[in-house]
Amino acid sequence: MESVWTLLSWGPDGWSDNIFNGVLVTIALAVATLPVGLAIGFLIALAKQSKEPSLRLAGNLYTTIFRGLPELLTLFLVFFGAQIALQKLVQLFDPTGTVEVNAFVSGMIALGVVFSSYASEVFLSAFRAIPHGQYEGGYAVGLTKNQTMRLVVLPQLIRIALPGLANLWLILLKDTALVSAVGLNDILREAGVAARVTKHAFLFFGYAALIYLVLAIISSFGINAIERAVGRREASR
Amino acid sequence: MSAVDITAVEKPPEPPRGWTKARITGHVLLALWSLLGLGLVWFLATSWNPELIQKYAPGYFSGIAITLKLVAISCVVGALLSIPLAYMRMSKNTILSAIAYAYVYFFRGTPLLAQTFLIYYGLGSFRPQLEMVGLWSFFREAFNCAVFAFALNTAAYQAEILRGAIESVPRGQWEGAASLGLHKLQTLRRIILPQALIVALRPYGNEVILMIKGSAIVAIITVYDLMGITRLTYSRTFDFQAYIWAAIFYLVMVEVLRHAIEWIEQRITRHLRR
Repeated sequence: MESVWTLLSWGPDGWSDNIFNGVLVTIALAVATLPVGLAIGFLIALAKQSKEPSLRLAGNLYTTIFRGLPELLTLFLVFFGAQIALQKLVQLFDPTGTVEVNAFVSGMIALGVVFSSYASEVFLSAFRAIPHGQYEGGYAVGLTKNQTMRLVVLPQLIRIALPGLANLWLILLKDTALVSAVGLNDILREAGVAARVTKHAFLFFGYAALIYLVLAIISSFGINAIERAVGRREASR
Repeated sequence: MSAVDITAVEKPPEPPRGWTKARITGHVLLALWSLLGLGLVWFLATSWNPELIQKYAPGYFSGIAITLKLVAISCVVGALLSIPLAYMRMSKNTILSAIAYAYVYFFRGTPLLAQTFLIYYGLGSFRPQLEMVGLWSFFREAFNCAVFAFALNTAAYQAEILRGAIESVPRGQWEGAASLGLHKLQTLRRIILPQALIVALRPYGNEVILMIKGSAIVAIITVYDLMGITRLTYSRTFDFQAYIWAAIFYLVMVEVLRHAIEWIEQRITRHLRR
């Protein structure tokens, strides 16, 4: 029987190199989802704090739906739904054509949609924390609406929203584990393969869990650094 | 000037609402949403198949029952576990609080799916030992493993909620109760908890909602909850409405719970409103 250290080593007998590839996939997915989710979340928050009732209703519908659905179900809806929709679309032009939906892209869409609906709530409460006088001050010195948003409101908004967004980042990092269910080779799937081949399930799933923990610890160091940087800008104002 | 003049002065009429950019965007987006909704209704109506419904509807209802059972058991067990955890986390003994902190950090820092796998597949590695203590028949069932994993997970979150709520009650409340001669347990039960639970209600509600949503992952370890039934139905029929129905059921469950919590919060904070 091989020892634990051989199983966890790098190289032909060990599984660490395979699992490391999974780590790269997990990180790539989370990092690729983040900007999409932030951008959509910000737009939804803008819609939800607008004076126009129809725009507010549209934004609220989005959050209600995607916060109410389980992440795994959203992922399957995107994965299989996109497959069927694209298939129908392709068959309009080429009756024999088939499409394969990329697991990475559907994971990115599903996680992005979930992330953005939570992020919009964080942005919304940050918007509410900014006094109206800030906008009026901006208009009074002759800034346009867009300039006020960009130069006056946004810098304060980011500072207020940062803790909430950091929390969402950690949730996103954990949610990426779900894509292993649609066949993307992330940490958990690689660990699962290793567990099935070597019959050391506890070892490998424990290893995977520890890797997630390390990623979370590294992220919280990064988040602290960002928070310090943003806080310093405020102090020197 | 007479008083009549004042009543004659009316408020100027509201300026007509023009078609601003925001209003146009809002209407376009709402139109898109309603198109999507109509498309869904149309899809469900055209693919309505009484035989299929008759065959799979009972499965869906038992799936919902299993989901609710799973969430209910693990939330109650988690709540019981969270009490000693929160106590350890708040205790002045550094070893106790470090253990509780490590527990909470582990369960909040790793994906629920990884924890479930660790218990469902991982405990199989300890089969001889588990058989020796007679626990193997418990852990052989996927449902029991799921309940076990979920209870441990939610205990970590609930301990943090409980701790946050208890610490949100000002220290003066403890001191006031102590000066009235109440001992610690009495203070906790009669003074602190009633105030803390108001703070904790919303996070608790969110936790239950997260558990309902998180419970979908047990489908991966072959528990036939709502999601598991959905996957089974889809793999047999290749009919996409299987997923649409699951989405509707989950949305209804979550929304009902959310509104119920809002209603309870309204009720129990009546004395705070002026």
